[in-house]
Parts: sequence; C-alpha cells; structure tokens
Amino acid sequence: MALSPTDVRHIAKLARLTLSDAQVTKFAKELTSILDYVDVLKEVDTSAVEPTAQVTGACNVLREDAVEPSSAERAALLSTSPLPIVDNQIETPSAHG
Amino acid sequence: MLSSLTIAQAHTKLSKKEISCEELTRACIERIESVDTALNSVVHRNFERALEEAKNIDSNGEFPHPLTGIPYLTKDVYCEEGIPTTACSNILRNKDYVPPFDSTTTERLKAVGAVSLGKTNTDEFTMGASTESSCYGVTRCPWDTTRVAGGSSGGSAAAVAADACLFALGTDTGGSIRQPAGFCGCTGLRVTYGRTSRYGVMSMASSLDTIGPLGKTVEDVAMILGTIAGKDPKDVTTGSLPVPDYRKALTKDVKGLRIGVPKEYFIEGIDPQVEEHVRSAIAVFEKLGAVTREITLPHTKYAVAAYYIIVPSEVSSNMARYDGIRFGHSEKAADLVDYYHAVRSAGFGDEVKRRIMIGTYALSAGYYDAYYRHAQKVRTLIRRDFEEAFKEVDVILAPVSPTPAFLVGAHTDDPVAMYLEDVFTISQPLAGITALSIPCGMSKENLPIGLQIMGNQWGEETVLRAGHAYEQATEWHTLTPQL
Repeated sequence: MALSPTDVRHIAKLARLTLSDAQVTKFAKELTSILDYVDVLKEVDTSAVEPTAQVTGACNVLREDAVEPSSAERAALLSTSPLPIVDNQIETPSAHG
Repeated sequence: MLSSLTIAQAHTKLSKKEISCEELTRACIERIESVDTALNSVVHRNFERALEEAKNIDSNGEFPHPLTGIPYLTKDVYCEEGIPTTACSNILRNKDYVPPFDSTTTERLKAVGAVSLGKTNTDEFTMGASTESSCYGVTRCPWDTTRVAGGSSGGSAAAVAADACLFALGTDTGGSIRQPAGFCGCTGLRVTYGRTSRYGVMSMASSLDTIGPLGKTVEDVAMILGTIAGKDPKDVTTGSLPVPDYRKALTKDVKGLRIGVPKEYFIEGIDPQVEEHVRSAIAVFEKLGAVTREITLPHTKYAVAAYYIIVPSEVSSNMARYDGIRFGHSEKAADLVDYYHAVRSAGFGDEVKRRIMIGTYALSAGYYDAYYRHAQKVRTLIRRDFEEAFKEVDVILAPVSPTPAFLVGAHTDDPVAMYLEDVFTISQPLAGITALSIPCGMSKENLPIGLQIMGNQWGEETVLRAGHAYEQATEWHTLTPQL
C-alpha cells in the first residue's frame, strides 16, 4: 500500500512530529517500502487464531493498595525536567495558546 | 592483560589477593582508553566513581560473590543513579538525562559489588541492527573497523570482545544481544521474557524487550544471569519461578540431548561460510552424543513482517513519554502542541521517527485490525511452531545471522534491508523463548560467525548447558581481535 505525501503529513501530525517537505518525500518512500514488505502477512489465514498480546500467561497482577517509598524522591524527579519548576510543579508552555 | 580475564578467573585471583580490584578496574579503564578511539563502544565514562568503588572493595578485602569487584559496562538505556543515561538519542542528550534511581538490574549488581565503568553505545532507543542510528555515531567491529559491531547492543558486544570490560549488559527485543555477540565473537543470552526485570530500562517494545548479559564464556553468562534474574515487584511481567544455580547446570554432558535443526534457517541468501560453520557445530554436538533431527518452523518467513508491525506499534506508544516535560531536550514554543512538535522533531532521529509513524498508522482507526491485530495473530502461529517443535526436541540450533558483520553504511536509507538482518533472531522474541549466541567459527575474512542455541520458555539451564559443552569442545570463544 503506497502512502502519499498527504498521508505522511497526517500520520506525522497524529504523532506530533513536524516534517520538512524533503522529509515527507523521503519518509513516504521508506514507509511505503515497509508497508509493501509487511503485505506478505496477507498470505496467512488467521481467521481461527487468537491474537498474542503477551507471552507470560500472567493475568491481573495485583499488590496491596499501600503507600511505599519510591525509588526516587520528588525533588530528584523534578530536577530532571528542562522546564521551570514552580511550587513543586513543572511549568509547561500554555495548553491554550 | 588483566582485562582479558574471565569473571571466573578474575574472581579466583581477587579472592586469593593475587590482584586487587583497583588493578583490575584500572586495566579496563586503560584498555578502554587505548581501543575506544577506534571502536566508539563507550559513550559515558564513569571512571572516577568506578575507581572509588574499587578502592572501597579492596579495603573491605572480601569477595563473597563471584561478581564482587568485577568491572562491567551497561548499555545506555539502563538507568543508573547519578550517571548520564541517554539511549544514544539527542532527545535525552542535549540536557543529559541523569536518572535519580537505579534499574533493578544495576541495583542487583551494585548490591553484590560489581563495578560499573560506564555506558555503551546503542542504536537510538535500541532501534537498529548496526548501532549506526546512535547520536554518538557507529560502533565498529573489533575484528575489522570498516564493519559494524552489530546492534543494537553493539557497544556492549564490541567492548566485551575487545577486553574493555569483563562483561556487559544489553537488551534484546529482536536480536539486539545475540546478533552483535555473533558479529563480535562473544557470548550473549536472550532470556525468556519475564526472567529478568525491565524496571528502569528504557522501553522499546514492551511485550518483547528483555535485558540480559554479554560475556566471554557461557560460564560467565550463567553467573551473571543467576545474579540478575528473578521476580521483581516493580516489573509485573517477571515470572515467580525460582532462580536456579545456572552454573550447576553446566555439566558438560549433552549425551542424548535432542537437537532440532530447522530447515527454514538454512535458506537461499545465507552466506555459505555461515552455513558451513553452523553445520560443523552441529556435527560437534553429534560427536558429543547429542541426537539431531531436521524440524520445521513453518511460519518463520512471516516473523520479520509481524515483528515490524508489532514493534513500531508499541514504539509509537512508548515514545510518547519523550515530550520534553519531565526530562530531556527542550525548545521554545508558543503553546504546548507546538512544544511537543518542536521537541520531538528535533530530538528523535530518522529510525525512531519511521517506527513511530508506522506504529501510529498501524494503530489508527480503520487499520488496527488489518495490521496490528493480524500481526498479533501471526505471532500466535509463530509461538505454536515452537510449542510443537519443543515437544520433540530440547534445543534448536541455527545461525544467529545470515552473514558475518557487514560494512558500515551498507544499509543506509534502506530500512527493509536493515530489518532483514534480524531474520533469524526475531521469531524467538515473538514466541517469548530463550536463545544463546556463541562463537562457532571464523570466515575467510577473519570475521566471527555465531551459533544460536534456542531453548523453550524458562529453558536457560538447557541452552547454557549445551553452549558450555560446545565451548569445552572447541576454541572459538578464546579467539581475540588484534587491536
């Protein structure tokens, strides 16, 4: 299945990526080659097959709802942010423009 | 050269006080300083802290655990408290991410007194088969520096093969430990999914990612695994099966071991030298009393395609956390959506962007069933192939890769060609089983060739026993590159 430049721009927007025109052309070609390759899967009849999402067989692993010490403290976790810290919160650019 | 010792040898010398931990650590540091200009395997050096730890260990003077005082390197995706950890990506490099906590694995190694020397090179966020997508540039094969070391754990494999450390940690999602171990001529183990904790290791594709060791011998790998394996409440996908003494499994005895040789792994396009050496290795097992038979894994040809739907889908979700807010690269932007765009576009490299976009597409409305769900069903068929095979055999032998190490730049801008480098190492992760990569020959160009020993889920003792028996009967694992 061939992806057009419009498709690539749409996917990039969904993924929060900005692409130059040259990148759109390059990725349209490369992503199309990947989708062409995975087309081989269409040969496989999976109508009676359940999907595998995980291989451990584990189901609903629960723990006590109790507060435990974290492996890192608040100040240390905040210190890795590149943005300003105000009252123990990270100040991001405005979500409303 | 002290850095060329195995863990087992070094432990004996340390215990008998024939060498000090500081001498051993300095030997590794000197080796890194002399070979790494050519290899580019180490991206963050942690030498001062390593020497300080080494001196502390010497002053205690006790070596209760086989890994006490043993210097090692860690792939640049394992969080280590206070040490830059960047996944070799500009998104974490520009303001070096310095984790305030340890991964479970580095914590377990710290607890027994292993000495961390620093971080090794990897493809960006482990996405690649050549370490070429690292923001720090390619790692080169110690046997021929015009060639790649493989990937994504290329830095770890090159460093072990070049005696720059005694062992290293890697991650294997679709071959990222086994393939570079094969290219560089060291020993690498992909564990059963859930055998080791992924906590504190940056995720690529969470249903497939495993963390594991690269070492100089199977015995060393067994000792490392015994130290890092086991249940971790911080990673709910870890299994609660007890951790055996893997070293005890190394009995050297493979009499009656049932070996399967899958015909789908000896196909057109494989380098004849690879086939020749792998077939010779199979003959060695027969001489040792193992029983071989041809088997079939009929869905092998669909593995790469299923993998390259499932992995990008999980990648597109996992990479969402790199948004420039809690850590990493930052940009000026008018509003939050612009900020996400600016940070991610500047921070991620091309292969990461490709996978995010393929995954976004495969998971988007109207395509989910046709791509993602269908690929998950093919995954079920691949699992069943192995379930059937392991009813008849104990281990499966095959090549690690279709060719020895390829030239730097050979697959630039041809993602499908790069993906096909993993053709023999992708089915095992989809099935969740374990597989070991050990050296089994040298090509005419003097490049290592790897043998892959696959075992069933939780079958680490069996693959390690088989690998150890082969190693005792051959000398390929003792060869070292001239640097």
